[in-house]
Amino acid sequence: MSRSAGIAGAFALALLLPTAARAATDADLADIREQIRQMKQSYEARIQALEQRVMDAEAKSAHAPPSTAQASGAPGPEAAPAPAPSAPASGINAFNPAISAVLQGVYANLSHDPKQYAINGFVPSGDIAPAKRGFSIAESELGLSANVDDKIYGNLIFSLSPENTVAVEEAYGVYTALPGGLTPKFGRFLSGIGYLNDQHQHVWDFYDAPLPYQAFLGGQFRSDGLQLKWIAPTDTFLEFGAEIGDGASFPGTDRNRNGIGDVAAYAHAGGDIGASHSWRAGLSYLGLRPQDRQYVQADTAGIDAQLGFSGKSQLAIADFVWKYAPNGNAQDTNFKLQGEYFWRRESGDLTYDRDGALGLTRSSNYASRQSGWYVDGVYQFMPHWRVGARYDRLDAGNVDYGANGGYLATSSFDPQRYSVMLDYTPSEFSRFRVQWQQSRIRPDITDNQLFVQYILTLGAHGAHRY
Amino acid sequence: MNRYLQIVAGLAIVAFTAPALAVLNIFATVPEWGALADELGGDKVKVYVATNALQDPHHVEAKPSLIARARNADLVVATGAELEVGWLPLVLLQAGNPKVQPGKPGYLEATHYVPMLEKPVRLDRAEGDVHPGGNPHIQTDPRNIGRVAIPLSARLAELDPANAAHYQARYKAFVERWDAAVANWEKQAAPLRGLPILVQHKAFTYLEAWLGLKQVAALEPKPGVEPTTAHLSEVLATLQRQPVKMVIRAAYQSDRASQWIAERARINAVVLPFTVGGNDAAKDLYGLYEDTILRLLKGAQ
Repeated sequence: MSRSAGIAGAFALALLLPTAARAATDADLADIREQIRQMKQSYEARIQALEQRVMDAEAKSAHAPPSTAQASGAPGPEAAPAPAPSAPASGINAFNPAISAVLQGVYANLSHDPKQYAINGFVPSGDIAPAKRGFSIAESELGLSANVDDKIYGNLIFSLSPENTVAVEEAYGVYTALPGGLTPKFGRFLSGIGYLNDQHQHVWDFYDAPLPYQAFLGGQFRSDGLQLKWIAPTDTFLEFGAEIGDGASFPGTDRNRNGIGDVAAYAHAGGDIGASHSWRAGLSYLGLRPQDRQYVQADTAGIDAQLGFSGKSQLAIADFVWKYAPNGNAQDTNFKLQGEYFWRRESGDLTYDRDGALGLTRSSNYASRQSGWYVDGVYQFMPHWRVGARYDRLDAGNVDYGANGGYLATSSFDPQRYSVMLDYTPSEFSRFRVQWQQSRIRPDITDNQLFVQYILTLGAHGAHRY
Repeated sequence: MNRYLQIVAGLAIVAFTAPALAVLNIFATVPEWGALADELGGDKVKVYVATNALQDPHHVEAKPSLIARARNADLVVATGAELEVGWLPLVLLQAGNPKVQPGKPGYLEATHYVPMLEKPVRLDRAEGDVHPGGNPHIQTDPRNIGRVAIPLSARLAELDPANAAHYQARYKAFVERWDAAVANWEKQAAPLRGLPILVQHKAFTYLEAWLGLKQVAALEPKPGVEPTTAHLSEVLATLQRQPVKMVIRAAYQSDRASQWIAERARINAVVLPFTVGGNDAAKDLYGLYEDTILRLLKGAQ
């Protein structure tokens, strides 16, 4: 830098003094460089002296207590805070909420058409397919949050889909003034069940959600309703949560009814073991009553039949996460191991409609017991670089179609998937990831998938979630 | 039935109020404020320190253990100036403890009470990990500890008025001892005045201002950005013109960059404890500065 500046300076001088330049020899140039260097040094010294004086002046003028040497006796009234930045933000903008945005994009190389993406033997759960082939932007997020008043904190998160639609991802208030470890939340929010469910997709360690999340929750479960969490007054972390909501998202449906559509309850425990280890584990329950949850499934004759389920859907989740960082310092190396187990039981009536019209329509009882799990490990082997591996698996379990059994076949195929990823995080605000996985979620089909992804966050500083 | 109700109500009252009695529970985000609270509170306070000296204070997660401790805290003592921006707001939002929310008497930010240095003129993440309120590593100047002792002691008395006299007495004893210690350290460190040094991270601004050290360059190209070989080579070139005796870094930082430059420039790589617990000698606040000055004097030889 200084050398190129010196040369640039020499050139500038040469331009200004054409006669000198013509006569310039190497020795002259060296001389000029030396002079410029000396000038620079002397200016740097002067600037430093000035900076020091400004610093000293600031230190003296600040309203903080002068020095402990003079502060004697009893603690007086609290020292006035240091003066606020000179010009406070004016009028209408002064109370703007914290704004943050997440930009994402992905390049996907898939050996099978993502439009055909379906998990064999499991009720379709909505939009769970990976990104389209080739380049696309993934979901972008825009978040606004602030304290509403002295008792309520508010948060709004939009998601902007690559198809140019806008969705309200979360929009909730949190009442922060209740004593005794109680925190009520209300509005639309990601449910606190499991470990991964209430984490936004851009903080996941892999590009996509684990298979059990895809199969049993359609990716993530959110509802419009109320949540109450209680933290026990113990040194070990003990958290109990209960939620009620409209239950309109998968595995529920909109029900056009008064009252409660879903009920969730969970307990989480966690703590540290020494300085280097920390953990959290939990049990969760989610119960809903979907009404005429419609989906299409090929029947034994190979015809796409319209099916509708009404009844009871219950899900239980066991989750754990363990993190290791030498002496608690995750900056250089760290390791994270997480896993979750899902059980789902559904029972009720299933309507079978072969052609979706007036033709053959039959209704019968239906019951299913299915499960699934995943486990993944992510290792940061040097600052900014992490590798991870994940295995997920679903158990086809038992599906009883009752009197519809003659038209609908059950499957004993267990879908599974292997994934590996490598990501690079140049700063807290950006991440680049490569993920490869082999997905066997339909019999006889092996889908090799490669994703190259970027995640950028801008605006307000994000939280370091556990 | 009535009996059961009474028991349940009794248990609920115990569960909700028990931890608030007895002693003041203090949640300190970093070791220096924990140590100061210990000095000022004595046996009337129970201090929990959220991080240790070997942890990078910028990169802490909102761990379950932190939420549990913040839930029971009567007073949160934080550094402020966005040092804890990544985790403390989240911990406080989840803790369900209205006493320690920002703006309440149970929440104290140390940087409010000291003159801040290095306030950025340009707020842009392209400048690295900049803190809008100024450099948050105020604990490297012991006079700042003295400055924070005043509001902290007052806050203890406010939250626990029954023991106000106790806190006053401890404050008085502390400040006398502290002022003498600071004067002594300044005397010891006199030879360091004007000494040019290198730093790994811009974590020692207040130490430099206190002892008159002259920072020639930082190994991180931008605050919080890992040193690159290209930048280190530039620093090495700078050293040709402005030689230094040592490069200093905090105990929590990786030694790679410091060692690299120390070998090539033939200078001392000095690891400072940075906060209480940073090494065996820095057991308390006094040990912290004694050891810091000893190491600097040794590095300057």
